[in-house]
Amino acid sequence: MTAISPTDQAARATSIVAAEAQARARLRKRHTLVVGLRLAILVVFLGLWELGADYNIIDPFFFSSPSGIWEQIWSWVTEGTSQGPLWLQIYVTLEETFLGFAIGAVGGIVAGIILGRNKLLADVFSIYIKIANSVPRVVLGSVFIIALGLGMASKVALAVVMVFFVVFANAFQGVREADRAMIANAQILGASPFQITTSVIIPSAMSWILASLHVSFGFALVGAVVGEFLGAKQGMGLLISTAQGAFNANGVFAAMIILAVMALVVEFLITRFENYVVKWRPAPFNEQGT
Amino acid sequence: MQSQTMAAEKLSPVALPADAAIAIDDVTLRFVTPDGHMMTAIRDFTMTVARGEFACVVGPTGCGKSTTLNLVTGLLRPTTGNVRVMGNPVTDISRDIGFVFQADALFPWRSVIDNVAAGPLFRGMPKQEAYDKARDWIGRVGLSRFEKHYPHQLSGGMRKRVALAQTFINQPKILLMDEPFSALDMQTRTAMQDELLGLWSGLKSSVVFVTHDLEEAVALADKVYVLTAGPGTVKSVYRIDLPRPRVMADIRYDPKFIETAKVIWNDLREEVQLGQSRGLQASH
Ligand SMILES: Nc1ncnc2c1ncn2[C@@H]1O[C@H](COP(=O)(O)OP(=O)(O)OP(=O)(O)O)[C@@H](O)[C@H]1O
Ligand SMILES: [Mg+2]
Repeated sequence: MTAISPTDQAARATSIVAAEAQARARLRKRHTLVVGLRLAILVVFLGLWELGADYNIIDPFFFSSPSGIWEQIWSWVTEGTSQGPLWLQIYVTLEETFLGFAIGAVGGIVAGIILGRNKLLADVFSIYIKIANSVPRVVLGSVFIIALGLGMASKVALAVVMVFFVVFANAFQGVREADRAMIANAQILGASPFQITTSVIIPSAMSWILASLHVSFGFALVGAVVGEFLGAKQGMGLLISTAQGAFNANGVFAAMIILAVMALVVEFLITRFENYVVKWRPAPFNEQGT
Repeated sequence: MQSQTMAAEKLSPVALPADAAIAIDDVTLRFVTPDGHMMTAIRDFTMTVARGEFACVVGPTGCGKSTTLNLVTGLLRPTTGNVRVMGNPVTDISRDIGFVFQADALFPWRSVIDNVAAGPLFRGMPKQEAYDKARDWIGRVGLSRFEKHYPHQLSGGMRKRVALAQTFINQPKILLMDEPFSALDMQTRTAMQDELLGLWSGLKSSVVFVTHDLEEAVALADKVYVLTAGPGTVKSVYRIDLPRPRVMADIRYDPKFIETAKVIWNDLREEVQLGQSRGLQASH
């Protein structure tokens, strides 16, 4: 065995600092590279599309073109759409989506927890839930429009059924997966059944529930837009169906892009919320991925 | 003939004393298996733990050790016979009981302090008081610097310390432990055993400590119950007369300890072999 002399240690410390700086620089460089490549792909894609449309390799009548889409969005923003200002259409669709999402998610979570906690109810209702779940839900849109009219209610109802089953299934599974030892521990520490539900069952089902919220917001948006498609006075879905009726490919693509941006923004917000709620989870090993 | 010089005294089954902390009286417990058959987990099981006594339970795997503990908590009910805790029949989950689980049963979404404060908060203690108490107990298990950490940020030994604090904060009169240290390495385990004996002597609770490590049982216990291979029943009971306070790192080399462990091992060995051969049959 040999002791390490202090000068050696100092040298080592500086070399570690240097290595760390190097590693950080490497990470930064890689990050720039990734972002650069992403931008490059976007530019190339849009450029080829635009050129293809200009030289009529891609027929802009059917497949639009980036400049055409942009002009369409710009005219919607500045002059409004045929059914009123653009922001109003976005607002209407978002309102339906959020309402449907909120009602469906809360209903799904509550039903999932109740059935997950009660074996008898679960056994009795599981068959009906299976049946209801196997009905193609988009078809229900027509039923809702007949029953609830052209207003907001029919779209919200469609969004609710789109969301409910996904969230329900996940909440139910999450409750069922709750660790038995953990529940017994809480019981012995003195928790009442209600405290067990709030402080053991719900937190342990939370990651399941949050995972389903990611997917189901998209479903809520689909529900709202399809509902508008089938019959409405306002909204992005109506904008699409009007554009479709007028063979306006630019309009269809423009509405599609606006919807995609809406979905991405909300997805971002849900991810932020998720990170806030489950901050107790171990960080994944590859944090530098993005 | 040897029994005067030995530290292990084999006890004969006696009538149940009325003031025992735990009295399991001639209990049989059968489970209904998913395919509708009955399966006997423990049979004709009699066991008493006096107030302030440290009892260890050893036996081959699957003989019903965990089942026995669950009978005392009230999570399981006997098919026949009865279980009394502090003189009262077990009807509900008693507030006097603390339970340290074999598996990790901490709440992963709660920080160390929130985990330790859980018991008092569940029982309706005001927040401020509960957290002061939790801080005190975290200090006692030497984790003051880790109050704000989440369980996944701690080592296995530290998590076990949190589990001890979480259980002891309720100051249980009866402490049940199901192989609490079996997942720990030798050094950590020895340290935890010392810590447990320290906490126990302060609290004066009655302990049932399940383990499959006979040396651990002899080192900790006043009384060791040896169970038969499943369906389990008490095969024999030994009183361990090693002086207290005991130091875990040293007691292993005490000749009296070695001799005691040897005597009990002779008794346990047959059951372990029996349990193993049954396990092999079952898997074929
Ligand atoms: N909920 C249950 N349903 C059916 N059988 C069970 C149930 N719980 C335990 N058993 C059976 O009862 C017997 C005793 O189980 P127990 O968990 O008490 O064993 P153990 O002595 O703690 O074993 P180990 O040392 O491996 O932890 C086992 O054969 C087990 O299969
Ligand atoms: Mg066990």
